Amino acid sequence: MNIQPARGVDGSPVPGAERGNGASGGSSRRVFRTGMNVAGSLSERPYDVVIIGAGLSGLAAGIRLAYFEKRVAILERHTTIGGLNSFYRLRGRNHDVGLHAVTNYAPPGTKKGPLSKLLRQLRLSWDDFGLCPQIESSVEFGDVVLTFDNAFERLRCQIADVFPDQADRFDRLVRRIREHDELSLSNRYQSARAIVGEYLTDPLLIDMLFCPLMFYGSPTAEDMDFSQFVIMFKAVFCEGFARPENGIRPILKTLVRKYRSLGGELHLRAGVRRLVHDGDRLTAIELDDGRRVRAHRVLSSAGAVETLRLCDPPLTAPPGVQPGEISFVETIFCLDCLPSELGHHRTIVFYNDAARFRYARPAEPVDLDSGIICSPNNFQYDRPLPEGRLRITALADPEFWLTAPEPEYREQKQRWCERLVEAALRHVPDFRSHVVDVDMFTPRTITRFTGHVNGCVYGAPNKIRDGRTPLENLFLCGTDQGFLGIIGAMLSGITIANLHVLGQSQRSVPLSPA
Amino acid sequence: MTRDQIRQVILDILAKIAPDEDLSNLKDDVPFSEQMELDSMDFLDIVMELRKGYRIQIPEEDYQHLTTMESTVTYLEPLLKDVESPAKPAG
Repeated sequence: MNIQPARGVDGSPVPGAERGNGASGGSSRRVFRTGMNVAGSLSERPYDVVIIGAGLSGLAAGIRLAYFEKRVAILERHTTIGGLNSFYRLRGRNHDVGLHAVTNYAPPGTKKGPLSKLLRQLRLSWDDFGLCPQIESSVEFGDVVLTFDNAFERLRCQIADVFPDQADRFDRLVRRIREHDELSLSNRYQSARAIVGEYLTDPLLIDMLFCPLMFYGSPTAEDMDFSQFVIMFKAVFCEGFARPENGIRPILKTLVRKYRSLGGELHLRAGVRRLVHDGDRLTAIELDDGRRVRAHRVLSSAGAVETLRLCDPPLTAPPGVQPGEISFVETIFCLDCLPSELGHHRTIVFYNDAARFRYARPAEPVDLDSGIICSPNNFQYDRPLPEGRLRITALADPEFWLTAPEPEYREQKQRWCERLVEAALRHVPDFRSHVVDVDMFTPRTITRFTGHVNGCVYGAPNKIRDGRTPLENLFLCGTDQGFLGIIGAMLSGITIANLHVLGQSQRSVPLSPA
Repeated sequence: MTRDQIRQVILDILAKIAPDEDLSNLKDDVPFSEQMELDSMDFLDIVMELRKGYRIQIPEEDYQHLTTMESTVTYLEPLLKDVESPAKPAG
C-alpha cells in the first residue's frame, strides 16, 4: 500500500512532519502577510477593548467594535490567524486545519438565519465568503444509509423510507426543534437524548441523527445539551453545508481586511502570559515578551479554563468550569485524481460500524469504529479543484497523543493513520494507490497551535453563554461561550461584543421596541 | 434636517443593516418589525448607527419611540433639527 510515502516531495518525512515549531514559530510556514503587524506597535494608552486570539470569534468581535469606533487590539500568540480554523502550507500545498464545511448555509438573499444575521452584523455581502453548496452527504451505520443535502425535505423523505414507523414522530421532533429558542443566553442544560427519546423510539435512527451533530460540535460525550443539539440540527440538517473554493482562507482574509480597514489593530506573535487583576477588575495584560498592555475591557477566546489560568493572582474556576476531553485525529490525503473519478461523489460521510454509536474519548488512541470522510472536492464549484483530497477524521484519546514521547509519537501517527484508512474503506473506494501526499494532525498538534487544553476543538462541556467571568471587565467568546461551527464562532464574538461592550451604555435592547 | 431628510437617514441605516430587504414600499405608520426581518441585534444597530453618524445618544427608555418610521422621525426631529443633512449616507 502506498499511503505512507517514506519521504515527501521535499524530502521531509511524511506523515509526522509537524507544522512549524510551536511557540517560537520562527520557521513556520503559516505566515499570513495581510495580517502582520510590526512588533512593538502596541499603544501605551489603554485600549477600549483587547481581544485575546485572532480566530473567527475574536476577528468578528473586533470588526463589530472597530466599526463602532472602539480602539481595539487583537493579540494572537501564533504567527498567523485562524485559531481552531486556521490553515497552513506544506510541501507546496495549501491545507485547512479545521474546516470540513461551513454549516448554516443559506442561499444568497436569505433574510433569516445565522448566516444572514452574521453578514448583516459584520456589514459584509453574500459574495464575501464565496460559499458553494455541498453535493450530498450521508450517515452510514453499517449498511443503513441516510443521505441528505441542503434541502431538508430530502432528509425527511429518507427517514420516511428507511424508518417508516418513525416518520410522524420525526416530524413532531422537528416541530419541537424549530420552536426552541436555542440562542437564548439564559438556556439551562437539558439532556438532548432525553428529549429526542420522547419523540423517536428507534435507537438506530436516534444514533444516526446524533452522529453528525456530535461529530461537528459536541464538547460532551454520549449526550448533548438540547440547545446545542438544536443549534447543530439546524446548522447541519436544516441549513446545510457549503465551502469556499479556497477553503477557510478567503473567510479569514475577508475578516482581517474588514477589521483593519476599520482601524483595528492585529498583533501576531503577541501571546498573553498573564492577566493581572485586583480581585474585581483586570488591570493589565502582560505578554510573553514582558510587554504590558492596558484595556478597559478584555474579550478572551482562549477558552474558559485557559483564560482563568492566565489570571494572576490565580482565580479558582467556578463550579462546572473544566476542560473538555473530546478531541480528534485527522488525516489529509492528496490524490493523483479526483475522488469522483474513483466513484466517490459525496461531500461528507459520517460512518459508524459498531453495534452502538459511541461518542466519547476512546480507550484506544484512535476510535476506529466511527469517523468522518470529507472530500473538499465534492462541492458545487464553478470549476473542479486542481487536486483531489480526502480527509478522514476520528475521535482520539488526548492523553495518549499529548504524552507520547517524540519518536513513538511519530511511529504511532503512521500506524494509526494506516488503521484509520483501513477502517474507513468500508465507506469510500480504495484510494490508497492514488495518494501523493499525506499529513495528519492529532490532539497534540491542536494544543500546540491553539493552546486549547486536551486539543479540544469544541471546548469545555459546560458553556458560559453570557461570557461572564469572575472579573467584571473580562469576558469569554469563542468555543467556551457556546455557539459552534464557523458561523457560530463568528456569532459568538459578535454576541459578546454587543452584550458587554456596545450594549453596555444601552443596556439590554428589547426584542422589538414595545 | 427636515423630516424628509431624517426619513432618508433612517432609510440609509436600514439599507446598511438589512441590505437584502426591499425598502421601497416601507409603510411609515406600520412597525418596522412587521415589515422586515429585524431582531434585537438589528435594533441595537439602528441606535448605534445614529450615535456613530450623528452623535446622538438614545436612552433605553426611549427605544419605544423607534417603532415605526413615523414615530422615529418624530422622535429624532428635535434632536437633529440643527444638524446638517449628510451629503452622502453617514457611516
